Formats: sequence, C-alpha cells, structure tokens
Amino acid sequence: MIRLVPPLVALAIVLPVLAGLAGTLAAAFGHLPALGFTGPSLDPWRDLAALPGLGRSLWLSLATGLGATALALLAAMAAAAALWPRLSSGAAARALAPLLAAPHAAMAVGLAFLLAPSGWLARLASPWATGWQRPPDLATVNDPAGLALAAGLVVKELPFLLFVLIAALRQLPVAQAMAEGRALGYRPAAVWAFLILPQAYRLIRLPVFVTLAFAVSVVDMAILLGPATPPPMAVAVMRWMVAPDPAGMLPAAAGAVAMLGLTALAALAWLAGERLAGMAARALPLAGRRRGPRATLAAGAALAGLAWLAGIAALAVLALWSVAGRWRFPDPLPASLSAAAWAQPAAGWGEPALATLGIGAAVTLAALALAIGWLEAEDRGAMPRARWAVALAVLPLLLPQVGFLYGVTASALALGLPGGAAAVIWAQLLFAFPYVLIALSGPWRGLDPRLPATAAALGAGPWRRLFTVKLPVLAGPLMAAAAIGLAVSVAQYLPTLLLGAGRVATLTTEAVTLATGVDRRLAAVTAVLQAVLPMLGFALALWLPGRLFANRRGLIGRGAA
Amino acid sequence: MTLALEAVSVTRAGAAAPLFAPVSLTVPPGTVTTVMAPSGAGKSSLLAAIGGHLGPGDLVSGRVTLDGADVLARPAEARRIGLMFQDALLFPHLSVGQNLGFGLAPEVQGRAARRAAVAAALEAAGLTGFEHRDPATLSGGERARVALMRALLARPRALLLDEPFSRLDTDRRAELRRFVFDHLRQAAVPALLVSHDAADAEAAAGPVVRLQPA
Amino acid sequence: MRLVAAALALSLATPALADWQATLDAARGQTVYWHAWGGDQRTNDFIAWIGAEAERRHGVSIAQVKLADTAEAVTRVVAEKAAGVAEGGAVDMIWINGPNFLAMKDQGLLHGPFVADLPNAAYVDLSPGAAASLDFTVPVEGMESPWRLARFVLVHDSATLPNPPASMAALADWAAANPGRLTHPVAGNFMGATFLKQALVELAPDPAALLAPVTEAAYGTQTAPLWDWYARLRSNLWRGGRTFPENESAQFRLLDDGEVDIAMAFDPAAPAALVEQGLLPDSVRVFVPEGGSLGNISFVAIPFNAAHRAGAMVVANLLLDPAVQARMQDITVLGSYSVLDPARLDAAQRAAFAALPTAPALPTLDDLGPTLPEPHPSWMTRITEDWVRLTAE
Repeated sequence: MIRLVPPLVALAIVLPVLAGLAGTLAAAFGHLPALGFTGPSLDPWRDLAALPGLGRSLWLSLATGLGATALALLAAMAAAAALWPRLSSGAAARALAPLLAAPHAAMAVGLAFLLAPSGWLARLASPWATGWQRPPDLATVNDPAGLALAAGLVVKELPFLLFVLIAALRQLPVAQAMAEGRALGYRPAAVWAFLILPQAYRLIRLPVFVTLAFAVSVVDMAILLGPATPPPMAVAVMRWMVAPDPAGMLPAAAGAVAMLGLTALAALAWLAGERLAGMAARALPLAGRRRGPRATLAAGAALAGLAWLAGIAALAVLALWSVAGRWRFPDPLPASLSAAAWAQPAAGWGEPALATLGIGAAVTLAALALAIGWLEAEDRGAMPRARWAVALAVLPLLLPQVGFLYGVTASALALGLPGGAAAVIWAQLLFAFPYVLIALSGPWRGLDPRLPATAAALGAGPWRRLFTVKLPVLAGPLMAAAAIGLAVSVAQYLPTLLLGAGRVATLTTEAVTLATGVDRRLAAVTAVLQAVLPMLGFALALWLPGRLFANRRGLIGRGAA
Repeated sequence: MTLALEAVSVTRAGAAAPLFAPVSLTVPPGTVTTVMAPSGAGKSSLLAAIGGHLGPGDLVSGRVTLDGADVLARPAEARRIGLMFQDALLFPHLSVGQNLGFGLAPEVQGRAARRAAVAAALEAAGLTGFEHRDPATLSGGERARVALMRALLARPRALLLDEPFSRLDTDRRAELRRFVFDHLRQAAVPALLVSHDAADAEAAAGPVVRLQPA
Repeated sequence: MRLVAAALALSLATPALADWQATLDAARGQTVYWHAWGGDQRTNDFIAWIGAEAERRHGVSIAQVKLADTAEAVTRVVAEKAAGVAEGGAVDMIWINGPNFLAMKDQGLLHGPFVADLPNAAYVDLSPGAAASLDFTVPVEGMESPWRLARFVLVHDSATLPNPPASMAALADWAAANPGRLTHPVAGNFMGATFLKQALVELAPDPAALLAPVTEAAYGTQTAPLWDWYARLRSNLWRGGRTFPENESAQFRLLDDGEVDIAMAFDPAAPAALVEQGLLPDSVRVFVPEGGSLGNISFVAIPFNAAHRAGAMVVANLLLDPAVQARMQDITVLGSYSVLDPARLDAAQRAAFAALPTAPALPTLDDLGPTLPEPHPSWMTRITEDWVRLTAE
C-alpha cells in the first residue's frame, strides 16, 4: 500500500504541474484546440508584445522581486549577525511568529492602511508635526516604481528568511568559528561575513530561491501595494486571464511563459550574484582584509528592525480598523469604536472564514498524509531518497504560479473536474505539500533509527511501528508541519481564484476584493481573521503536543519550536 | 534455541567492499558470545544485519540461522530477535508499563494477565510499582533493566546487545552485567554482545570473536 | 390579417404561460449560482434578500458568486464551452450589460430568448427602441432581462466643495485650479470607462455617431476633443495622473479621507447609503453635468449551459415583480431605480413607489436631469485600450 504513495504523488502533484506547463506553452504558441486555435503560431507573442507598458511590467516584476529578496536576505543576515546568541532562544521565534503566520494579503492590507497618505502613520503625525489637514498628494503606496510593493515583500519575506537562517545557524558551530576567527585577527563582522554567513547561506539556498520565485511572481500583494498602470507582469497576466475576450487567452499564455522566463532570468541573476558574493568572501581575507562590512551589517540590522516594526504596526492597524467606528483623517485614533463589522458574520466574513477553515483542514490533512506516506515509502525502500524526487516535489514552489496554473485550470476543466472547493483543495495542495514535506523531512530523518528498530525487534510490523512509535514520537514536528500546511493554504490567492470558478470565496480572496472596497472595517476584519487563523494553528502546534505528552519529558523540546 | 552465523558480512549501500571479513559463530542457548572490535569496524551493522534493521540498499552475505532455519529472508518483526542499545532506549511517548506492554508477547492474553506479566517483570527488575513512571525520569541503570525486561517479555529467540553497559559508571556496570547475564541464562536465550570493553567479554564468560577488516 | 396576428399572439402567449408552471415546477429545489459583482454590500444584501424571497415563494435558493469583475463569469463560460461543457455549467445567471453582454451574445454563449416567457415582463416597456430593449445600443432580443437602472452621477462634499463644476469641460478648468483633488477609477473598471464616456458624449462633435459601431474614421474625429481634454486634465489629477483608484469604492474612500473632492457612482442612491453606514460625511451631495448624464439598465442573463436554467428564469422573473422593484428603489434598502414602466402598473403598485422615503444625499428624478444614451460598446473598448496605452507610458 505504501508503494502507492510515490505514484500518487506523481499523479496528484508532479504530473499536473508538468501538464500545466505544457498546456501553457502550447497555448503560448497558438495551440489551444478547445477554443479552435491550432498552432504553431507566433501571434500570441505579437499580441503580448503589443501590450501597453509590457517593458515596464516586466521590469517591475524583475526589479521588485530581485530587489526585495536581496534586501530581505541582507537584512536577515545582518540581523542574525547582530543578535545571534539571543536569536537562538524561543523569544526570537515568538517575535517572528505573527509576521510568519500572517499571509501576504493580510500583511499587504495592513501595510496599505499604515503607509498610505491617509494611513495611520500620517494620521499619527498630523497635523501637529506635518501640518497636513488633508492627506498629502504623495504616492506612498501603489507608486509607479513599485517601491511600496518591494517594501511589502521585504516586510513579509524577511521574517521567513531570518527564521530559516536561525535554523541553519543552529546546525553550525558558530561560537567556535567566532573564537577561531577572532584568534586569527578578524573583527566579528568579518567572521560573520567571510566565515559564518557563507556557510549558513549554503544551507538556506532552497528557501531563498523559493522566496525569489515567489517575489517575482506575486499577485495578491502586487494588486494591493503595487502600481496599476501598468501593473507588475504577474498581475497583467492574471488580468488577461480573467478578461472576457477568449482570444486573450493565447496572449495570456504567452505572458505566463514570459513569467517563466522572467523567473529563470531572476534565478540566473541571483546565481551570478551568489558567485560574486562568494568570490568576495573568499578573496578578501586572502588579500589580508580583517575588517568586515560593519556599516552594511549595521544598516541591514536597522532595516530588519524597521521592517519588523512595520509588520507589527500593520497587524495592529488592521486590528484597530476592524473595531473602528467613524475614523476620519487626521484623527490619530478612531472617534468611536464599533463591533459592527464583527457582529454580522453573514454580511461578509462568516462564509469565507468557514470556507477557509474547511479547505485549510482538508489541504492540511491531505498534505500531511502524502508527506508521511512519502517519507515512510523512503524508509521502506519503496522509493529512492533522491534529490531529483524532492526537486520535483518542490517544483511548484520554484515556478511562478501564473506560469502553470493557467494550464492546470485548463486541464482540470478538460478532466471534467468542476471548479469549486474540490479543485481549490487540490490546487492548494500543490503548494502545501512541498512545504509540509520540507518541514517534516528534517525531524523525520532525524528520528533515532533505533526506536523503530527496537519496536521491530519486539515484533511490531511496519504499520504498527509507523502508528505507535514514529508518529507519536514525531507528534510535535507533525503538528508544526500541519500548522505550516494550514498557513500555506490560508494564504493562497491565485489557485483559489482560478480553480474556484469564482464560487469559492476564502478570507484571502475576500481580503483582496474588500481592500479596494469602500469600507476599511470589513477589509480589516477579513485580514485580521486571515492572519489569526494561521497564528492559532501555530499556537495549537506548540501547545497540543505539550498537553498530550505532559508527563513525557523525553518528548518535550522536540516540539514545534 | 541456538543462534548461528555462517560467513556473515555486510556491504553498505553504494560501498564497493564489505565492512568486515565474513564472521562465523554459534551461540548456544543461555550463553553470551562477545564480538570485539574498535569503533567504526561495523559492529552495529553486524547486529543490524542479524536483527533485520539494515537500511534499503545495504547488503548481507552469508546465513543467519536460529536452530538451523535461515532468518535473513524474514522482516525484522518476524525474526523475534531482541535488541538492547547502549542508552537502553525506551519509547519516550509511553510510560514504563506501556513500554513493557509494547514488547509483551501477543500469546499472553487478557488484560489482567498482561498487567500481571508487566508487574512481575518490574518486580524481577527491582522496580515494583514503576508502571506509570515517565521513562525520562529513570536513571541509566533503571532504564537498562526496563529495556532488558521489555526485550525478554517479547519471548525472543535470540538477543542482541549493542554496548549496553558503556554509558554506566563503573560500579553500576558490574551490577547490571550480573543482572543481564543472570536473566539471559534463566531465559535460556542465546545472546550476542558487541563491545570494545574487555571487562564486558570477561563477565559474559563466553567465547570472544574479533571482527577483522575485509 | 388580424386573425393571423391574433393566432400568432396566442401561439406565442399561451404556451409560454403554460410553460411557466412547468418552469416553476422544474425550478423548485434548485440553487441558482448568480454571478454578480460583489463590490457593493447593499447589493449583496439585496441579493441575499431576493434569495430568501425566492426560497419562500418558489423553493428556489440563490448562491451569489461575488465577482470582482463581471468578465470573470464570462471567462468561465467561455472556458466551459471550450472544454465542451454543454450541460451543467457552473454559471446559472450573470448580472451583466454592455461589452460583456455583447461578447456573450456574439459568441452564442447565452440561453434565450427567454424574457418574453417571464410573466412579469408585462410590466416592462419592451417595444423596439425602449430603454430596456437596448443595452449600450445593442438590441437585447430577449437574451437578458432588466432589473435595475443605473445613472452616472458625480459626488461632492458640500462642506469642502460647495459649488461643483457643471460640465466635464468645466471639470478640467476646476482641476487646473485645484490640482491633485480630482481622479477617476482606472478605465479598465466600468466606472472609470463611464467617466471617460461621459466626457466623450459631452465633447464629441456629433454624439449621434457614437451610437453606431466604431470606425477608424469616426473614432479619430469623435474622440479628438476627448483626448485633448484629457491631456489638459491628466497632469492636474490626483498623483499627477500616474496612479488611479481601482474602482468607485476606492474613490469613495479617497473622498471620505479628504484626498479628493469629487467621487462618482453609477447608482444615484449609493452616496446616501454610504452616509447612512458612516462611510461618508453627512455633507455629501450628488450632482450631474448640466446636459444630463449617461444611463443604462442592468440586466441578468443565463448562460447556454446553465445547470439551473429554470431556477434562473424564476429569479429573473421575481426581480421584475412590482413589490420587489419598489423595495429595490427604497433608499433604506438599495435605492436603485426601478426598470418598470409606471404606465403598466396599477394604482396600488404605483402608490408603493410614491410612498418610498427620501434622504438629503438622495437626488430626485428631477435632480438627475436627462438620461444620455450609452455609446455602442465598441467605443468603450477602444477608449479603454487607448487610455491604458496612454497611462502605461
């Protein structure tokens, strides 16, 4: 039975992605028989080339994606260097948790409410410091250069990169390296820059490339914080996909392929940057350099602090707006408080919250079951523990979503899979499964092999070993992986939009829709719920194993943190 | 029950050469044979091969028999060959009593009978009333005794001991060796002990085999 | 001849009425997936109420699929047709008009004609050339059923802007004197497109030419004054005309924040309702360019492959019920003007409309002035494309 897992993963996760890519590629070259187009033809590309502002759209996606990822990584590294011994404590994880858990859409809504000319920052400083009786005519969000979008990406990606960096640093002998480096006359900043960070970076390359691919092709945050005329490329492609003219589907596919190319270009640029940085880190000490980039590290750490503050303030302003009554510019706080937006679940947030929870639970359980099956199949030798297998599983994370979801939607229709909750669950699974697999595989492979061996020696067969030994001992990591799966599911925008056939409204799609609505309070309520749901998941993941195994000291500390 | 190895050797997945030269030995019931070798020589792999715990891709050559019947083709859980590790590994998520119950042979039926068997094993280990204790609160010697009783409750046809005494302080070590070897003799189980401590081999009072490089 | 006409009328009328009972029977128990723009809470609430009413009266329930853009539903039907889904489609009914209707009608994506089969269609003036027979100049031909009236209105805060400009031309002068205080939604949004069309209708040398499908020559002549006007206006817009709000709702928020002085709506009652919800100041008022403003009718259409066609027809009919239309026009409910022909209502039905409440921010029909006809949809498509090109540079 466990032998069925690898083919199941191939069928449910890998094949649709490849089919989606193939379908997108075919349509981009004019081949979409269902609509009566038979290729090959370059017309879709000609139509794409005629898209107004195409160059700007491409540039915006590339520049904001690369810039935000580089800045977030730099700030994360600088923060780690500045705070390391303290960062390894649980306090750092707790400080990062809200920002890790809040989905991009919620964060973007909060940042817009914070940074806009009529946002909270301007309200707090007006008119006493700024003299503004009315909001200034400044493009602090949706600016044509995409700076607000890049800032939003930094605020959201920095905690993630810092989190994986902390995990990597825990595996390295940091204190020892520091002692040895300083004994050789290197300043601490130089030890970090030349010795520790290059090693740590090698361990977090996969998350960094996932971040890069995501940042280049992000849709929801780009709608909320990015420019609209012209929008970043991923948004332009998404708009074209939902446009009424069916002939627009072909250039949309060409745009999706362009997004693939753009992501590849970003990855190449990143690889080049990696090589340069690596050369510098090796060459400078050889040239006798003993001082590190102290000023850069200090600036990066300051940026990290600022980004953290902005993220927390964004979540706070969401909470504030969700209970605001009348709150006009430039009042620093609402003139009155009102629970009206919360009191009427039927008017907006009730059904999306239930849908989000239901879909999230289904996605999480399915992803967890597949990941457990995958790892158990490895253990039993039913599939190789190979890099290529993992690479295929994480493929959806390394590709731009618009690049293949177009083809996935088309194949779902061709298979007669009706758009709706089931299709959305499946589409979200494409993204939740790799995250759950990555989160679980470390602890799973780190499990003391003598535990299942002991159980086998006592006569327990493979299934009994799995259910009575491995899974209970891994309860903490399992709960953590489940919480990650839930957070990924809750955050999905494009898969929900495209495969939901418009019938599936989750907190994420509602938050994006309502963010441009007239009532900030409704938008705030959905965004708050969207942020709170994953946080509850993480809290539960931390609390539940402790409850279940309150009397088992040997398991505590193996928990989610 | 007699455990016999005939020209057994292990090649790890992807390796060109076996870990050690083929080993042949016979362990009569109630006796302990000691395998001595420096660390890294493949002692633990030898035990894993006998018990059936090698990873996918690892290869065993030779024969391992119990009373003449080859067990190598069977999965670990069907061999009924017990294991005892150096930290006396107990399942951290189960209580002491549940750990013993996990091993208790399925032939013992009925809740009362099973509970009595567990209580008797604890008594024999000098740990009466420890059923509900968290394994993490036990001392090293206590854990080792529970691990041995757990292995014996499964009614093994042979027992493999992987440096079970190396983590204990010297005076406890002698006491525990006596406890383990006495129980093995009583149960008439053939045992294979791997160790790099000559005192272990001496106390086991059985033949000593040295692993040779291949 | 008269006999033939009578026979024809009978053959058309009798089976339809007989069929109606069959339609009601078939509809019972169905759930109608109504794809409708979800950006307006009052409309969503009204649709929820209609759902309860349809359930109570006919055993039909409604699930509103809230769209950010009606085009999403059209795309869905297109994709289903492409995939060969000829039955059991996901979309049962769409709130639609203008270019989306034209696109679906042209591609044979609609069920119908069905309007004549609806008993309550008797309350609507469906004579050729009547408002409900044309959708952006495109003949409806029974392929979509009317439900509410839309009129383009501008909105100002009388506390900060007591005397708003009286025409689109004057708006540009006002913006020049007050840079950064005016904007409009992106032209890809119907509100933004309507703003440009209102200017087109006022500024075009020959507005009648706009009623025909656009030609290259006509486009050049008729839109030249519009683009001159826009070039003068744009640099004085909010954010220097580089950034635009996503839709009318976003612009109302800008008005409430004081970022801009003027907003716009396609629903004359929307500002009054927003005042009531505490989302706009009490001093907000509606104004209309002196020559009148664009108006059109919102329709509902049924895709060719709708899974619940009978249910959708029952809902379309219910939307034309005089009591439902009166409730819809009630400012405390939705405040959207009725599409029914008052001449076809009886005294009691008319009295229900006369008794509706009013509000300071709610204009009377007299305030709204004359309704200007919508240009042919092809004009809007061209203008939108050009605007996108212009602003993408």
